[in-house]
Amino acid sequence: MRILVAVKQVPDTATQVKVSADPRVIDTTGITWIISPYDEFAVEEALRIKEKRGQGEVVAVSLGPERVKEALRACLAMGCDRAIHLNDPAWSDADTLVTAKALAAVVRQEAPQLLLCGRQAIDDDMGAVAAQLAELLGWPCAYWVMEEAIDADTKTVRAARQVEGGLEVFDLPLPAVLTAQKGLNEPRYPTLRGIMGAKKKEIRDVKAADLGWAPEPPQLSVVTLEALPPRPPGRIIQGDVPTAVKELVRSLREEAKAI
Amino acid sequence: MPNAFWCIVEDDRRGTPKKVMAEVIGEAARVSSGRAEAVWLTDKASEAGLTQLAEWGATKVWLLENGAFAPYRSEVWVGAAAELAAKERPRAIFAPVTSRAREFAARLAARLGVGLAADCVAFAMDGERLVATRPVYAGKLLAKVAWAKTPWVATLRPNVFRPADGEPGRKAAVERPSGPTPAAQMKFVERREEVSTGLPELTEAEIVLSGGRGMKGPEHYVILEDMARVIGAAVGASRAAVDAGWRPHRFQIGQTGRTISPKLYMGFGVSGAIQHLAGMRTSKVIVAVNKDPEAPIFRIADYGIVADLFEVVPELTKEFKKLLEK
Repeated sequence: MRILVAVKQVPDTATQVKVSADPRVIDTTGITWIISPYDEFAVEEALRIKEKRGQGEVVAVSLGPERVKEALRACLAMGCDRAIHLNDPAWSDADTLVTAKALAAVVRQEAPQLLLCGRQAIDDDMGAVAAQLAELLGWPCAYWVMEEAIDADTKTVRAARQVEGGLEVFDLPLPAVLTAQKGLNEPRYPTLRGIMGAKKKEIRDVKAADLGWAPEPPQLSVVTLEALPPRPPGRIIQGDVPTAVKELVRSLREEAKAI
Repeated sequence: MPNAFWCIVEDDRRGTPKKVMAEVIGEAARVSSGRAEAVWLTDKASEAGLTQLAEWGATKVWLLENGAFAPYRSEVWVGAAAELAAKERPRAIFAPVTSRAREFAARLAARLGVGLAADCVAFAMDGERLVATRPVYAGKLLAKVAWAKTPWVATLRPNVFRPADGEPGRKAAVERPSGPTPAAQMKFVERREEVSTGLPELTEAEIVLSGGRGMKGPEHYVILEDMARVIGAAVGASRAAVDAGWRPHRFQIGQTGRTISPKLYMGFGVSGAIQHLAGMRTSKVIVAVNKDPEAPIFRIADYGIVADLFEVVPELTKEFKKLLEK
């Protein structure tokens, strides 16, 4: 069985992010890039499915500029068999829908039985591409998946999605889309052998023309990025614990009107 | 109504809209000058629920009632909603941020070929276009975004927008568009309920108490739960505490957990790592209690106490009790 995993390269959470001279984009100087954490859960789950079945192929795919190769190389080091890089300036202002359309074109070419994505990418936190892929492909989709089990005989996947107040379990006919939630698994670290082996694995560059892509404007655009308005300065309440606590409760009641 | 702002109803799965709908309808009505309409996909709506939507300001309720709509499956909902949207041509489609509404809005936007802005915290009309504000990069920046065409599809972060004042007696026409029963590929197997803490849901609570690494172990969360019961709060945790196995992941606040925006957030033994701030920095009032005066959370806290949380929490619970008994 072939599994496709869509990943996004994002700035490390701890990285300082600043608006660039063009106020619609961030200044990428000095940024440390990582695979979005939820996407790592997706990669890990794909590898586990392959290992459990003792056969199959895991293909990592990502859209973005040249630097994205590092993220794909990291997926290969974890154990993915090969990678596809949607690497074309035609997609430089892609919104979620344009991204989903480009990825859907790759999915149609690769014809996997399962498509795994992270629940959302931690840079723009839109959490939309997986659902939009499912829509474009006409596939069923289970979001925020906490457990899954493939049944090869019936060609279904049983997936438990996290909802407010519990888990809901569904059987989805394959091919299907699953989005990985934290708790699904604990991603592995690449081994030295994995890192060495990744250098020999294929990362195929795909240009817009390779997908028969007709230029398409984004449906959602950033007008400006802005720094957060500063919070009003806070106050450290002094005194021994009983005094400080009394003053806190009084402040919450009378000043902040929060209780 | 032409140019209506649709509000996709989130309900409690028992026929009653959730409180967050007062915020969604309130904001839709504000931005559209009173053109909010509710769209409710459910297996069973209650009369009280329909009345509630009208009182919050929905001028019309589109009620799509069908057994196939529960439990929610995007593939089933999207066809019914898209068909109605093609006919009624709403100007905007709003939904609250919940696990399912986030997915549904994304899928619906794809079906309609329009843009989606998720997890918005503000809206403003700029001439004839809508501009939405949403936190990005772990909440370190705010992005202002705009759509290429209508309907403008957006999800709204709970507890951020001013809820509509319910106006008793306000009425709304209920339309029941008929359509074919949608087919489903996904087959429902079962629902597993979480063991209830008896406390409010994290993302819906007006007050959230959060325990971090300073809690020292899972056994101590009971002191936060005691306080939570006194003031009607939810109890969450930092990633450090969740990764240590002290609390299940569903209680995690932060970038790889829940995003919350309560009226009052109180962190106990929470250091305030960036990834935690990403999940709570839009809280209205932030209180931090930590032994370490250098803890980064003090930089965004409105009120801080530098002390041992194990001394502060019982004292604070006692004072809250006294206050609320008055």
